[in-house]
Amino acid sequence: MAMKFSTKNFTDRTKDNISDDFMRKAVAGAQERLHGRRLDAAEELGNWEEWRSHGEEIRQHVLENLDFYLHQLSENVAERGGRVFFAKTAEEASVYIRDVVEKKEGKKVVKSKSMVTEEINLNSVLEEAGCEVIETDLGEYILQVDDHDPPSHIVAPALHKNRDQIRDVFAEKLDYNKTSKPEELALHAREKLRKEFLAADIGITGCNFAIAETGSISLVTNEGNARLVSALPKTQITVMGMERVVPSFEEFEVLVSLLTRSAVGQKLTSYVTALTGPRGEGDVDGPEEFHLVIVDNGRSEILGTEFQSVLQCIRCAACVNVCPVYRHIGGHSYGSIYSGPIGAVLSPLLGGYDDFKELPYASTLCGACTDACPVKIPLHELLHQHRQVIVEEEGRAPISERLAMKAFGIGASSNPLYSMGAKVASTAMRPLTKNDRISKGPGPLKEWTDLREFPAVGNQRFRDWFYDQKGGK
Amino acid sequence: MKVSLFITCLVDMFYADAGKDMVEVLERQGCELSFPKGQVCCGQPAYNSGYVENSKSAMKNMIKTFDGAEFVVTPSGSCATMFKMYPEVFKDDPQWRTKAQELADKTYEFTEFLVDVLKVENVGAKLSGKATYHPSCHMTRLLGVKEAPKKLLEQVEGLEMVPLPNAHNCCGFGGTFSVKMGDISEQMVDEKVNSAIETEADYLIGADCGCLMNIGGRAERTGKPIRVMHIAQVLNSHE
Repeated sequence: MAMKFSTKNFTDRTKDNISDDFMRKAVAGAQERLHGRRLDAAEELGNWEEWRSHGEEIRQHVLENLDFYLHQLSENVAERGGRVFFAKTAEEASVYIRDVVEKKEGKKVVKSKSMVTEEINLNSVLEEAGCEVIETDLGEYILQVDDHDPPSHIVAPALHKNRDQIRDVFAEKLDYNKTSKPEELALHAREKLRKEFLAADIGITGCNFAIAETGSISLVTNEGNARLVSALPKTQITVMGMERVVPSFEEFEVLVSLLTRSAVGQKLTSYVTALTGPRGEGDVDGPEEFHLVIVDNGRSEILGTEFQSVLQCIRCAACVNVCPVYRHIGGHSYGSIYSGPIGAVLSPLLGGYDDFKELPYASTLCGACTDACPVKIPLHELLHQHRQVIVEEEGRAPISERLAMKAFGIGASSNPLYSMGAKVASTAMRPLTKNDRISKGPGPLKEWTDLREFPAVGNQRFRDWFYDQKGGK
Repeated sequence: MKVSLFITCLVDMFYADAGKDMVEVLERQGCELSFPKGQVCCGQPAYNSGYVENSKSAMKNMIKTFDGAEFVVTPSGSCATMFKMYPEVFKDDPQWRTKAQELADKTYEFTEFLVDVLKVENVGAKLSGKATYHPSCHMTRLLGVKEAPKKLLEQVEGLEMVPLPNAHNCCGFGGTFSVKMGDISEQMVDEKVNSAIETEADYLIGADCGCLMNIGGRAERTGKPIRVMHIAQVLNSHE
């Protein structure tokens, strides 16, 4: 799956998803559960605002010195016997990985959850080369089994499905004949996956953070699947976005704490693993060969721009979990593997405005995302920044809107013009007004009155009343 | 205390009564009010849609209009927030930056002004019934005014306040969002209206006319029995 997964336009995708009652119940339920848990976890840590500021500071420091830390990371990975590949593009990354797999004559690849491997379309590239690729994160596994249904959430990719739908998928594809109890479903997947782990030649993981000082990569999971992916196959390939590096374990600890609390309201996940290079002398498990693929794919072009702070992201999805727009349209409406507020900022930057220009407008700029972000990315400001670029630099706004906004600029800066406009509007709207309400508005008002009543302009504007009563200044 | 009213275009044209109620509440607290004539709109509709350059003339007009004011008070958390953002908008413009900062520093949302500047929580209002409060997004998150409206409402005699489920979720107004993304806005405002109905409140109270126009307009269209009130109307009730 590449970053863009739908050929439908934004409006059609949104309409489809709004009418999906199952998805909407699942998303609203998840948002409500996670909301309280996240706030409790933050409260329990204490001084949450200070932790956020510290997290922000670490991420900003890394981005300001990214060349240094990436160099240090790659030196240290190499010193521990690992191989590092810098991929400029998605294609370079997936081709390198395919070549490694082919060289090792790999036939079966097991993967732990990784959004960046979705971004670089890795599974398709490996499957075309004749490999069997198995996702081992339960959510990703469900989607893969369900004919490659796209992820709708960056942390909980199958969030849009309820347990009954998952049972139906398992029954159809995996000969499952038990109930929709999560324990039974998970056990079935576990039995299937255990065999795959043991038979796999290659393990591919994502990377929550890479630690520059030691050349380690880290994996934060609740299922333990990433431990098996990185311990059993002879070759391990880890793929990371180039911004996902931290200086040392000291900063790592801060960010993991922010990540797990913000993502799922946990102090820590069941497994937090740091791995350094291939199996060493005396180690009982671990891969014989270790590759670290560092993916740019448009990230370095974001550095140094007004959008740089988006690279602070630690992929916790707290912004997604509080977004009132995501709540109603779900992840698939975004048409990108990165959904919600972070997706609406990131997708146009990595994938371009041609495919994703609607996403920055799919927000009321309510600021819930910015408030929730554990590393203080000003997400709603970045959405606004996109709008400014789309309108003022790219000139992509409709001409009617441009003219209207130009007229606004003139009318809203002069009281005589505004007052004249208000009088004209009031007169024009009088025939449409009934009981102080307009139910069927003309022109641009129609979009409003299709859904809601519109108030009539009062008989006397406030300013006229004030002058009458008090005399103007 | 001399207060210059920044009434906002929505109140000026559509909700003059809320503006009058704010005037009466402030006068009762001994404020001397003026209405600087040149004021029009804070520029937010164009600004939020990405037309930053087009919105600057409206902003400059407001900066000039309120030049001599001591306190600027407005019945809108969202429009107050826009004033607070002017210094950022003009950060590269030495001619306007300082003036923008001066305006931002002396601007207060109505309830914030009552509680934080005038130090009043009980304005002597009476209103019988049950009410719930919708905390508007810009006022709560960007302006940071969370407690003032609640403190004032708690003191209204006869009014029972009940919590609004999922109060933190946006009502779906979002300025031009409400018409550009009508399908999504409809879902959001329906959920907000239904949450308010669930509380069995007689009144849904808010401090931003944009949100109230959206929630009230949808409630009326769908025939939902709840009365939408601006907080100034509640604080000036004496029934």
